[in-house]
Amino acid sequence: MKSLLGIAALAIGVGLLPLFVESGVWINFVMMTLYAALLAQAWNILGGFGGQFSFGHALFFGFGAYTQAIAQLQWGFNPWVALTMAGFVSGAVGLGVGALTFRYGLKGSYFALVTLAFAEVFRILAVSVPFTGAGVGMMIPLKESVSNLQFESRVGFMYVILGLLVAAMLVTWWLQNSKFGAYLQAVRDNEYAAQAIGVNPFRVKLGAIALSGAFMGWAGAFYLQVFQYIDPSIAFGPHTSVEALVAAIVGGLGTLWGPLLGALALHLLSDLTRNLFGSLPGINMVIYGSMLIVIVMFLPRGIAGIGLSVTRLWRGKRG
Amino acid sequence: MFDFSILFASVLNGLTSGAVYALVALGLTLIYGVLHIINFAHGAALMVAMYGVYELYSKLGIDPYVALPFLVLGMFLLGYALQRVIINHASHGKDENILLVTLGLAIVLENLALLFFKSDTRTIDTAYSLTTIAIGPAFIALPKLIAFAGALVVSAILMLLVSGTDLGRAIRAISKEKQGAKLMGIHVEHIYAMSFGIGLACLGAAACFLLPTYYVNPQVGSGFVLIAFTIVVLGGMGSFSGALIGGLLIGVVESLGGLYLGESLGQIGIFIIFIVVLLFRPQGLFGARA
Repeated sequence: MKSLLGIAALAIGVGLLPLFVESGVWINFVMMTLYAALLAQAWNILGGFGGQFSFGHALFFGFGAYTQAIAQLQWGFNPWVALTMAGFVSGAVGLGVGALTFRYGLKGSYFALVTLAFAEVFRILAVSVPFTGAGVGMMIPLKESVSNLQFESRVGFMYVILGLLVAAMLVTWWLQNSKFGAYLQAVRDNEYAAQAIGVNPFRVKLGAIALSGAFMGWAGAFYLQVFQYIDPSIAFGPHTSVEALVAAIVGGLGTLWGPLLGALALHLLSDLTRNLFGSLPGINMVIYGSMLIVIVMFLPRGIAGIGLSVTRLWRGKRG
Repeated sequence: MFDFSILFASVLNGLTSGAVYALVALGLTLIYGVLHIINFAHGAALMVAMYGVYELYSKLGIDPYVALPFLVLGMFLLGYALQRVIINHASHGKDENILLVTLGLAIVLENLALLFFKSDTRTIDTAYSLTTIAIGPAFIALPKLIAFAGALVVSAILMLLVSGTDLGRAIRAISKEKQGAKLMGIHVEHIYAMSFGIGLACLGAAACFLLPTYYVNPQVGSGFVLIAFTIVVLGGMGSFSGALIGGLLIGVVESLGGLYLGESLGQIGIFIIFIVVLLFRPQGLFGARA
C-alpha cells in the first residue's frame, strides 16, 4: 500500500512540475531521466526479479522503435495506435526469444551471450533489408499535434513517458505482491527448489521476458516519437542495452524504486561531467561503465540497498 | 558460376583469419576454463593491444613483429592486474557479478579509446603489407601467412604450457576442483590472475599478427568478441583443441559467407551458428554432454 502511495506521489509530483518549472532544460532532464528509468525498470523485470541477465535488451527496444516507424510510415496507422502495437510486438518478440532460450535451459553467461547475439543479428538484418530503410534509417515527418503524438514542447512528451513509467512501476509493484511475482523470485533464487514445489520455471520466465520486452518496446516507440529518427545501430546497438542494465544495477536489482534512483544518479552524473568537461565523445559511456564496476565491487545491492540497510538497522534497533 | 580458384583463395583466406580468431578464442577459453566466467572485456582488451601496436609503429617506428614480445608481456601484466585488483574483488561469490564487471571494463576501455583516439579507423603501412605469395592458383598476403603460422605456434606453446608445466598443472587442477586445489596448497588467486594474464597475452600476440593487414578503431574489438565467443561455444567451453578447430572453421565460414552472401549478410552466418549451437549443443561440437 505504501508503495502504491509512493507511485501516486511520483505521478502527481512530476505531473505538477510544469506549473513550477518553466525551463525547457529541466523539463528535458526530467523527461530523459524518466525515459532511462523506463529502460531500467523494463530490464529489472527480467534481470532483477527473474535473475536472467540480458545483455541484448536493445533487441526489444529496436523492435518497438521500428514498429512505431513502419506502422506510421508504411501502414498509415495513427501514432497512438502504433505506440500500443509497439509494446505488443516487442512482448511477442520476448516470448519468441524466451521460448527458444529458456526451453534449452540457457542461464547466466549463456543467456547473456545469446541475447547479445540476437540483438546483433537484427542490427545486421535491419541494415540489410529495404523495409527498415536499411543503413539510412527512417525519419518520421514533423507534424506537431496531440493526435499525432508530437508536441510543441517537451512537456507533452514528459507526460507520455511518465504514464509509461508509472505503468511499468505498477507492474513491478504487482510482481512484488502477486503469486506470479513470488514464483518468479523463487525461480530466480533457486530454480530446482521452485520446480520441486510445483512452479513451472519455463512459463514463469516466459511471462517475465514478455513483460520486460513489452516495456522496452514502448521505450523504443517513445524514443522514435521524440527524436523522430531511427537507424539500425541506434535501435539494436549495444548502447541501449547497456543503459538499461547499468541503471537497473546501480539503482538496485529487484526493487521498485531502484531503477528510477539509478537512472537519476546516472543522469545527474553525466550532466555534471558534461558541464565540467564539455561533451566529449564516449565520456557518458565511460561513466556508465565505471559506475557499473564501482557499484558491483562496493555496493552489490545498489543505491536502493543503502536505504534498505538503514531501514533494517532502524527497525532492528527498535525491535 | 562456379570458379574453383576463387573458392580456393576464399578458403585459404578464411583459414588465415581463422588462425588469428583461434588465438583470440584460446585466451577466452583459458579464462573460461579456469574462472568459469565469460570475459566480456576480451574484445576491448584486443582493441587496447591493437592500439599498442599502432602507437609503437607510428610513434616509435617499431615493427609489429618486433613489438610482439613487449605486447605479450604488457598484456599479461594488464590481465594479471585487472584480475587481482578489480575482478577478484567484485565477485562476492557470484558469477553474475564477474560477468557485469567485465562488461563494465569493456565499456570503459572502448570509450576511453574513443576519447583518446576518436572514432577514426587507422591502419599501418609496412613495407611488406602488400607483398603476396602464390599458393596454387591463389595469391595470399605475406602478413596473413605469417599470422597463420604465428597463431599456430603461439597456440602450440600455450597448449604445452598448460599440459606440461607446474603452472599448467595448477591451472587444470583449479578448473576441475577449486577447493581441492586450494587444500593442496595452490594459491588460487595467483593462478586465477595468471590465467587471466595469459589469456590477455594471447591477445597481445594476436594484435601483432593482425595489424599489418587489419585496421584498428575503438569498436574493432566487438567484432572479434562475438566471433571468439562463437568459436569457444562451438569448440566446447574450456577446450583448447576445440577452440583451434572452431577458429579455423569460423574463419572459413565467414570467408565463404562473405563470398556468396556479401559482406554484411555473411556476418550473420556466424551469429546464426552461434545461436543455433548455444541453443541445441551448448556443450559444443566436440564437448562431452554435460
